[in-house]
Amino acid sequence: MRLADLRGVAARPQEREEIHKGVHPTLADYVRVAVALAVVTSLEVGIYYLEPLRGVLVELFLALSSIKFMLVVMWYMHLRFDSPIFSFLFAFGVAVAIAVFIATLATMGAGLL
Amino acid sequence: MTHQPRLAETTLETATGLDNRKLLMWLFLASEAVFFGSLIATYLLYRGQSLQGPYPGDVFNIPFTSVSSFILLMSSTTMALAVGAAHRGQLHQMRTWLLVTPLLGISFLAGQAFEFTEFYRKGLTLSSNLFGTTFYVLTGFHGAHVSVGVLILLSLWAAAMLGKIGRHNAINVELAGLYWHFVDIVWIVIFTLVYLLEPL
Repeated sequence: MRLADLRGVAARPQEREEIHKGVHPTLADYVRVAVALAVVTSLEVGIYYLEPLRGVLVELFLALSSIKFMLVVMWYMHLRFDSPIFSFLFAFGVAVAIAVFIATLATMGAGLL
Repeated sequence: MTHQPRLAETTLETATGLDNRKLLMWLFLASEAVFFGSLIATYLLYRGQSLQGPYPGDVFNIPFTSVSSFILLMSSTTMALAVGAAHRGQLHQMRTWLLVTPLLGISFLAGQAFEFTEFYRKGLTLSSNLFGTTFYVLTGFHGAHVSVGVLILLSLWAAAMLGKIGRHNAINVELAGLYWHFVDIVWIVIFTLVYLLEPL
């Protein structure tokens, strides 16, 4: 995406309104997210001690931590309500981080990936 | 009619129509993601390659770290409440949450200090083995970020107590909030990859 495209998005009143139409989550929303975070964290610690789940723990932990990550980013950091430009910037940073992560492990620690 | 506060009360006259400070903060957080991604990759690269103990299984205390992780998660909730209150102009609530959040952050740091002390007593130092080096560098940098966040939030709280923070400059609280939430999501990843996946 070129900067000119970003300017275009911002310049069109209708789309600008789309960007700003989101309202802040309510107190009840924040409490619901907090409860969800608490439940997921409890689940993580609970299944850590469950022997029968040992075979799928990696997948479970990655899934549960992804849920927590997305809850914080979308609700507390407001990406769900804010301009898509912010989402794009952050997703780009995370994508580069994951690329560095995979490249490092693949080239220097061949046994790990 | 109740007023529904919007994320941006006014349309800014910038190239993107967005607040440049917020744009810069997201760019900074994107670069921080790469920074922590590199540190976590380094930790995993040398995982299980220490030639001598103590090993992670000898020192980790999952129940304790779970509690401190939960404290940091809840500090994100109080931070979100502070940002919401700032945008609504509810200054008393904003000041309360702006104080509670760094206090929770300090609790997390106290837990980390206790953990590091315990690990040190068990023989794990920065130079004892690869695990010690990579673990302390990763979690130490995270702790340093939390410390900076605590200082920023306490400064904001002091400014709010002096009446210098209100609805007109709620963006300052929002920017501090973005940084604080980022520190929280980094810990979500560290807790999972470093602590929970350790025995697997």
